Amino acid sequence: MSDLTSLTLAEARDRLRAKDVSATELTDAHLAAIAQARSLNAFVLETPDEARAMAKAADARIAAGAALPLDGIPLGIKDLFATRGVRTTACSHILDNFVPTYESTVTAQLWRDGAVMLGKLNNDEFAMGSSNETSYFGPVASPWRREGSNAPLVPGGSSGGSASAVAARLCLGATATDTGGSIRQPAAFTGTVGIKPTYGRCSRWGTVAFASSLDQAGPIARTVRDTAILLRSMSGHDPKDTTSADLPVPDFEAAVGKSVKGMRIGIPKEYRIDGMADEIEGLWAQGRAWLEAAGAEIVEVSLPHTKYALPAYYIVAPAEASSNLARYDGVRYGLRVPGGDITAMYEKTRAEGFGKEVRRRIMIGAYVLSAGYYDAYYLRAQKVRTLIKRDFETCFDAGVDAILTPATPSAAFGIGEKGGDDPVEMYLNDIFTVTVNMAGLPGIAVPAGLSSEGLPLGLQLIGRPFDEETLFSLGEVIEQAAGRMKLPEPWWADE
Amino acid sequence: MDARATPAKLIKGATGDWEVVVGLEVHAQVTSKAKLFSGASTAFGAAPNANVSLVDAAMPGMLPVINEECVKQAIRTGLGLKAKINLRSVFDRKNYFYPDLPQGYQISQFKSPIVGEGEVVLDMPEGGQVTVGIERVHLEQDAGKSVHDQHPTMSFVDLNRSGVALMEIVSKPDIRSADEAKAYVSKLRSILRYLGTCDGDMEKGSLRADVNVSVRRPGTPLGTRCEIKNVNSIRFIGQAIEHEARRQIEVLEDGGSIVQETRLFDPNRGETRSMRSKEEAHDYRYFPDPDLLPLEFDQAYVDALATDLPELPDEKKARFMGDHGLSAYDADVLVAELQTAAFFEQVAQGRDAKAAANWVINDLTGRLNKEGRQIEESPVSPAQLGAILDLIGEGAISGKIAKDLFEIVWTEGGDPRAIVESRGMAQVSDLGTIEAIVDGIVAANADKAEQAKEKPAMIGWFVGQVMKASGGKANPQAVNDLLKRKLGL
Repeated sequence: MSDLTSLTLAEARDRLRAKDVSATELTDAHLAAIAQARSLNAFVLETPDEARAMAKAADARIAAGAALPLDGIPLGIKDLFATRGVRTTACSHILDNFVPTYESTVTAQLWRDGAVMLGKLNNDEFAMGSSNETSYFGPVASPWRREGSNAPLVPGGSSGGSASAVAARLCLGATATDTGGSIRQPAAFTGTVGIKPTYGRCSRWGTVAFASSLDQAGPIARTVRDTAILLRSMSGHDPKDTTSADLPVPDFEAAVGKSVKGMRIGIPKEYRIDGMADEIEGLWAQGRAWLEAAGAEIVEVSLPHTKYALPAYYIVAPAEASSNLARYDGVRYGLRVPGGDITAMYEKTRAEGFGKEVRRRIMIGAYVLSAGYYDAYYLRAQKVRTLIKRDFETCFDAGVDAILTPATPSAAFGIGEKGGDDPVEMYLNDIFTVTVNMAGLPGIAVPAGLSSEGLPLGLQLIGRPFDEETLFSLGEVIEQAAGRMKLPEPWWADE
Repeated sequence: MDARATPAKLIKGATGDWEVVVGLEVHAQVTSKAKLFSGASTAFGAAPNANVSLVDAAMPGMLPVINEECVKQAIRTGLGLKAKINLRSVFDRKNYFYPDLPQGYQISQFKSPIVGEGEVVLDMPEGGQVTVGIERVHLEQDAGKSVHDQHPTMSFVDLNRSGVALMEIVSKPDIRSADEAKAYVSKLRSILRYLGTCDGDMEKGSLRADVNVSVRRPGTPLGTRCEIKNVNSIRFIGQAIEHEARRQIEVLEDGGSIVQETRLFDPNRGETRSMRSKEEAHDYRYFPDPDLLPLEFDQAYVDALATDLPELPDEKKARFMGDHGLSAYDADVLVAELQTAAFFEQVAQGRDAKAAANWVINDLTGRLNKEGRQIEESPVSPAQLGAILDLIGEGAISGKIAKDLFEIVWTEGGDPRAIVESRGMAQVSDLGTIEAIVDGIVAANADKAEQAKEKPAMIGWFVGQVMKASGGKANPQAVNDLLKRKLGL
């Protein structure tokens, strides 16, 4: 832990440019922090040699006056992103020792802009989970703990390693992915900022697929501005991904600090769920008040199909996953458990290679796509999806600029506390976030306060398609009003 | 449809007549340099796994990107089959596990194919036309190849074909005999080759068919069908249908019933055998591929492709019959292969088209077949064959000499006219020269000349002698006329 690791990404960038600090110093400070924080289990692979080489190259460019947008900024990379020559496993046993010969488009763009890779971050296996407990490498601990308790808490998931590492100041920012809330929920649990951009904003090429029609990459960082800076580098059209949008990438950072005066903010009544905790209700009301004070207009809106979103999501996502994960068959790469014949080899490899939650979702997915059930499940879920999308469209067509909701129904919970007997208990974590993926919209989670137990709570802002800029402007208003979150002291650091 | 159950096509069983009903799913490899969703090469004969991209090997995070050339080829094919082109179609995933299917699914088109209904018209050799409806044409990926005979316990996988674009051309169950099925595949192959959308090379697997066969009593509803998978020659398609129809009739006549199943044709035994039953059939769990947007283009795109479409076999046949006065049979033979038709047209240019057709169909094709060569490899060029025809037309050589000349040009090459001159092959029409030979022969065979007066048919012997003496070069008509006069016939 040092001053250098407590900088925001934007501050670090400015100090690097001013040659106040070198990329090598910044990188070394973070590598030291990572080495001291192994008990958090945020990193599944540290790449100090690559990091130092990249930092050195960044220093050379900065010295030559040819600094790139992210030159010398040390980042952590979720293990879902393929990194050339660096083991990429999606935190699954089935991809044991898989070393890609290619670089994902998102990370390639970060390196193009000068960023430094510190290592690969832990996540739920194949991004399936909301607590980072399904990882083959074991759970990640949040740097946060309840007041007066040493019980380890989850950082959320699936981008738990990303959120934990950013909150623990092990990196200035991290890549993450979000299929049903995997960026926003861990950001909310750890007092960090996470944005899932519009579907199609970031290329999916080279990112291990979970559910293709829902997966989107995005950043987690400690401020709204930092996520805006990262998202600009991560975004852009990629001819290798047909679903990526051929649109110019705005200067997202320019939207940070812009006035939100006159913006119409929708409050969806359907998000006021039964049994919602008072403190979540209070946080939401506080968020409304802050935006109103900044000149925004608050309007009540209706998203009538919200209640069907979670069940529909848990049909669509497993269906796509069951097919996307069929390639992990032990034939060409990754784990192979020999069997007497090809069927036995498949069964043994996949039974041993996939964890329980992944196997469950593959089975759900295969079931909902099977003959006789397709219409009742998959087709209906797709119809629900269309209705959810239409709900949002109606809302935006009526002049609403963004929608404000809680990010999660609760603060972080303890490792091993949830979902043991009933997976649905865990799935309910995504209740406020899945609608956004189903509709392909951008959503940002911004820390807005602390729970009664002293844990971070976040608010979510949902925007129009490809209007992340409005979310950055509004997000910063909340950030300013809430005050920068005081991050936990490093109890995890080895002496 | 039942009106077509003509007695000639029915199969006689022990208990009466049966009608066979056939529908075909033809898998045609799209002619394209790159695969359907990756930039990897489609070149045939490369070392195993040489033409495999990260996408073809289904590495984590890889995504398919549609190859526009394959889309154009499918549209061209649809236009050639007079079919409806769907401006919006959808790619689906067909899920199943097999080592040569790296993704664990084949990207295909299930509910919304790129091409809808069309038709193929067959001119049957015995006369009459049969129209076979096209149900649909869709684009899909080919699988790789599993090799089971290289290792005692392991199988090898070659992914060179993995991801290569195929068109699945599905016919309606409009076919009523093995001959019709063979004629249909031949015609389809011809159309695809004209269009340049599939090379039709069945030996390399560029064209193969799944054959659906059922039998019924004429006028009754369709019977249960069996699907014979992956038949890779036109001859085998005919054999497979014949055998399968017989097998089904036997089962039914013995009081059994047909089980819907997938069967394989064994060319060595000439029979089909069961591969898997309906109960064992895969549940492919089709669903729209979320990695790909629906395939959309506008009518202008289709119209532009239609403008560039070449003349197709039916149109060419009509033109050969109309402009060149060829018989339907000759025209049919000539248009079956584009190169043959082109060769013929060059030879026929400014010449007697019927003679040109005869030479191309009989002499040239016969000679090519004898050596197993394609017409593109013909040692005799259209210009050379044309020159031979010119020499015949001018009366410079006889038909018989022309055959010899053709053989010389075939084996040695060269300008036919120059060969005729240098080797003295020209026909002798000078009456004085012929008369001298005739006189000599008649004088030397006075006894036979006497007999000929009684038996005029003996003139043939004299003609033969004169021709022999002239080295085959005497004008046969002149010889005949002179002999008649000299022999007093």
